[in-house]
Amino acid sequence: MLKKNLVRIISILFLLTVLFFIQRLVVPKYMNDIVEGSLIETYYDEEKNHDVVFIGDCEVYENFSPITLWEDYGIKSFIRGSAQQLIWQSYYLMEETLKYEKPEVIVFNVLSMKYNEPQNEAYNRMTLDGMKLSMSKVKSIRASMTDEEKFIDYIFPILRFHSRWSNLESQDFKYFFNKDELFHNGYYMRVDVKPVESFPRKKPLADYSLGQNAYDYLEKMTVLAEKHGVELVLIKAPTIYPVWYDEWDQQIEDFAQENDLMYLNFLELTDEANIDFSKHTYDAGLHLNLQGAENLSKYFGEILVENYDLEDHRNNDEISKKWEKKSNFYYSMKEAQYFDLNKYGYLKNFGAKKPANN
Amino acid sequence: MLFTSYSFLIFIITVFISYYLTPKKYQWILLLCASYLFYGLVSIDYLGYIMVTTISTYFISLKIHEINQSKKSYLMEHKELSRKEKKEYKKEIKKYTKKYLTFGMLLNFGLLGVTKYTNFIIGNINSIVTSFGSNGTLSFIDIAMPMGISFYTFKTMSYLLDVYREKHDAEDNLFKLALFVSFFPQLVQGPISRYNDLSQTLFEGHRYKYTTVRHGIQRIIWGFFKKIVIADRILVAVKTMIVTPDDYKGFYVLLVMLFYTYQLYADFTGGIDITIGIGETLGIEMAENFKRPYLSRSIKEFWRRWHITMGTWFKDYVFYPVSVSPWMLNISKKSRKKFGNAIGKRVPVYISTLIVWFTTGLWHGAHWNFIVWGLMNGIVIIISFEFEPTYKWFHSKFNVEDKLAFRVFQIIRTILLMSAIRLFDVYQNVPLTFRMFGTIFTEFNFNIFYDGSLLQLGLTIGDYIILLIGLIVLYSISIYQETGSFRVYLNNRPQQVRYAVYSLVIIFIIVFGAYGVGFDSTQFIYNQF
Repeated sequence: MLKKNLVRIISILFLLTVLFFIQRLVVPKYMNDIVEGSLIETYYDEEKNHDVVFIGDCEVYENFSPITLWEDYGIKSFIRGSAQQLIWQSYYLMEETLKYEKPEVIVFNVLSMKYNEPQNEAYNRMTLDGMKLSMSKVKSIRASMTDEEKFIDYIFPILRFHSRWSNLESQDFKYFFNKDELFHNGYYMRVDVKPVESFPRKKPLADYSLGQNAYDYLEKMTVLAEKHGVELVLIKAPTIYPVWYDEWDQQIEDFAQENDLMYLNFLELTDEANIDFSKHTYDAGLHLNLQGAENLSKYFGEILVENYDLEDHRNNDEISKKWEKKSNFYYSMKEAQYFDLNKYGYLKNFGAKKPANN
Repeated sequence: MLFTSYSFLIFIITVFISYYLTPKKYQWILLLCASYLFYGLVSIDYLGYIMVTTISTYFISLKIHEINQSKKSYLMEHKELSRKEKKEYKKEIKKYTKKYLTFGMLLNFGLLGVTKYTNFIIGNINSIVTSFGSNGTLSFIDIAMPMGISFYTFKTMSYLLDVYREKHDAEDNLFKLALFVSFFPQLVQGPISRYNDLSQTLFEGHRYKYTTVRHGIQRIIWGFFKKIVIADRILVAVKTMIVTPDDYKGFYVLLVMLFYTYQLYADFTGGIDITIGIGETLGIEMAENFKRPYLSRSIKEFWRRWHITMGTWFKDYVFYPVSVSPWMLNISKKSRKKFGNAIGKRVPVYISTLIVWFTTGLWHGAHWNFIVWGLMNGIVIIISFEFEPTYKWFHSKFNVEDKLAFRVFQIIRTILLMSAIRLFDVYQNVPLTFRMFGTIFTEFNFNIFYDGSLLQLGLTIGDYIILLIGLIVLYSISIYQETGSFRVYLNNRPQQVRYAVYSLVIIFIIVFGAYGVGFDSTQFIYNQF
């Protein structure tokens, strides 16, 4: 009987192990093209004692450089950003972050206020699959799923990605155990330049009101920050696309005022932040490039230091040593990207697409 | 709630745990609640129909039973009656019980008819009226056909007829009858169990037994394998080829024939495996519905192995009653007189066969496709019956009947024949089906088999490999089952081997199953009947 039960247990464990390995194999690795899918998981390997944590969509992970904030102000920061991160996802990421650490400031980019309902699975996956299993993740999944999606597919991604068995690529095997380091405390570096050539037409909307669901989560974020004694700062990153309406801006302004929060619309502060859209964007105004992100971080760092009780850690040898390592990686990548740019005319080895005229 | 949905998986696990936690005496009550919950979750609107069927059948069967009982008592008390008097008395009583039976059948088949066939009839009337140039057409009615109504109506009517025929007593507990009618695993696609076969195992309660639970789980996994790995994968290609049929003529139609044949087989038998497996996990035995039909050597044999419970239903409740009905006996008499004994005796059999197949087709759906499909089956059976002397002559001349090659030939012939008839299931209407079938002989696009066209049907090379493996496994097990039980074979292997097999099948289903995004995993085909 004992032997029988032992065989049973071993068989079940073996089955689960095989399924676990197959799952690891078939889930997308986000290492070559859409690297943004790897952003969220990088947080868990970090030492969690940041002064500032950024939360939001691509407007945070492409527009702010934690290395600049460290080098210029001694601020330890991390960006928990992901592509089209919806506000409820930001809220649950904030909730999860506050279980790990208590930063002085949490910065939230408000672009996602324009979404009031779940949008699409591909972006959901890029935020949710990177999260460790927790109640925050469970709640975030529930809030994010579109009608076609299934909760269990998030808990056991093999059920969602099993059909990739026929499309496995070399990177699925290469990154089976470990992934390359691609980001700098959540910052996604791009040194190339593609100037803004046209400005979007602000198509009139029938209704400019931001959605109630989005508002509820913004309120929840405010309450959560207050509960944990964390300063919540609202920002709107300086990007030309997608359109940010004045009417939306006014509503955020009003909300910030009502709740005694700082709100900075960097779209109106591009001169102060030294952002030049003919030089500081790599995709014609959607996101800033490295130079733009560094300029913006310098400007924002000053505001943060002036307004909040942020310690300058640069004199702390132990911390400095760790950040020196991060800086070295940052500069080596910067160098490698410029090398690519000079050699190929585009960031060939960093997932960029070859421009049409090259 | 599909059998292959996560919600159903949670549902059966909950039922399973609750069932064995409930005292044996009350287990049937739990099953009744679960069955009604299951049906209610599918659609609360459908509950009314099944309740009407159950309640009406309950009271009518009780009445019939009561009359039959009093008849028995009367005959016991009046032993002095002559045979003729007894016969007269029985005839009188039968007339009386027949009235109740007729009422019950009219009511329940009426419900089935109204929900399933009203719009079909209206559509046909409109076609006739418009063909005569009239504009006055009838409006279609907005009525949904309750899921599984064809199955549970047939179950209840066989119950009522058997009570009428005094094959068994009427169930005096309304709720037990309600469970028989609504038992959730077989509610949506059968098997069409008979009360005699199912009632005891359903009502008696069962203690947890590792072996039966294991057998049940084995069967469920096997059903999932057939449905998810094979049927739903083929579905992608079949759908591609039938949505725009004019783009897929010639040998594509041959592909549709074969693909659909195995899709339907894997789908339907997979569903029945899950149904029977669920029953087994609860200790409830159900009638088998398939016996390796695609190893049949003739169409007659095929129908003895395919959808057995439906076949026996039509045989018992349509074929025999029609064959021995007074008007059929009259036809028989007249035809013998007119055409002689040899032909005359076949006429009533053939008429009954065509009636059975017409009703079988109609049962499958309110569509001319199904009716023609049914009649085609009947015609092929009649033709093969007519050819029997030729076959006998052939076999006496050439001793090939037991030769493997000839058996394989017969099996392939049966598959091709059945697949060709099955085309009526696939294409939108009867003329289109005939037209598409005709293109096999007029458009010789053999190139589709080697020029990459097969990879444009929504299946990759990997998918074809998986299908091939799936079908090889399916056939291997079927061939083994012809002479023995694969379950027994598996159970006699060492535990490690058994578990390795289970693990392999589970991994195969999870990884290679055609489910989730990118696959249109539909309901089981027979759910719609």
